Amino acid sequence: MPEISIQSVDFDAGLEIKCLREASAETGAVATFTGIVSDINEGSPVSTLELEHYPGMTEKSIAAIIDEAKNRWPLLAVRVIHRIGKLAVREQIVFVGVSSRHRGAAFAACEFIMDFLKTRAPFWKKETIDGGSRWVDARVGDDAAAARWK
Amino acid sequence: MLTVLFFARIREQLGESRLQCAHVSSIDTLIDTLSLRGEQWSPVLRAPNVIVAINQAVARAGQLLCDGDEVAFYPPVTGG
Repeated sequence: MPEISIQSVDFDAGLEIKCLREASAETGAVATFTGIVSDINEGSPVSTLELEHYPGMTEKSIAAIIDEAKNRWPLLAVRVIHRIGKLAVREQIVFVGVSSRHRGAAFAACEFIMDFLKTRAPFWKKETIDGGSRWVDARVGDDAAAARWK
Repeated sequence: MLTVLFFARIREQLGESRLQCAHVSSIDTLIDTLSLRGEQWSPVLRAPNVIVAINQAVARAGQLLCDGDEVAFYPPVTGG
């Protein structure tokens, strides 16, 4: 199983958890995050999202985030999946899963990877609202979430 | 030569996703050169939030360009 997948097709979070659990005989904890397309952004109902990315740099930037997480915590396995292309409300966008011997490292590393994925990995969302479309603006709160790990 | 890429809002504003141009040594000179293509190029590429990447890593302040480099201009990221 690769650590990083950028794909248009959906993923099976249950299968990913099973792979993380079975990746090492030492596994004592698996923590995961699954991001879902929300039906509302900044007060407007969203019908679909389109995700663009920078092929090559996306994978490199996520690999660098995973390396940083592995330097901070004793992780056994890491899995990051990010979808691209057109997505409907309630579809899965992103999966971050980590396994470790203990829950503290797994919880922290999962959140760390997600915070930096949101602020460093070159993905852009365009949402369709009432037949029109607009690029989603970056949130200051996302930068603040990443900054607290320094 | 330099390969220059544009993403998301910037790609749409400029109507270009990828072009090649002669090697210049700095990002500033590259933007000056690209600005000859139309009046919107300079304000779009010099907007305060634009991120510049060189060879798929975010550019350091003052980083110089080498012949063959891939330069990308993109807005703040919104994945996840």
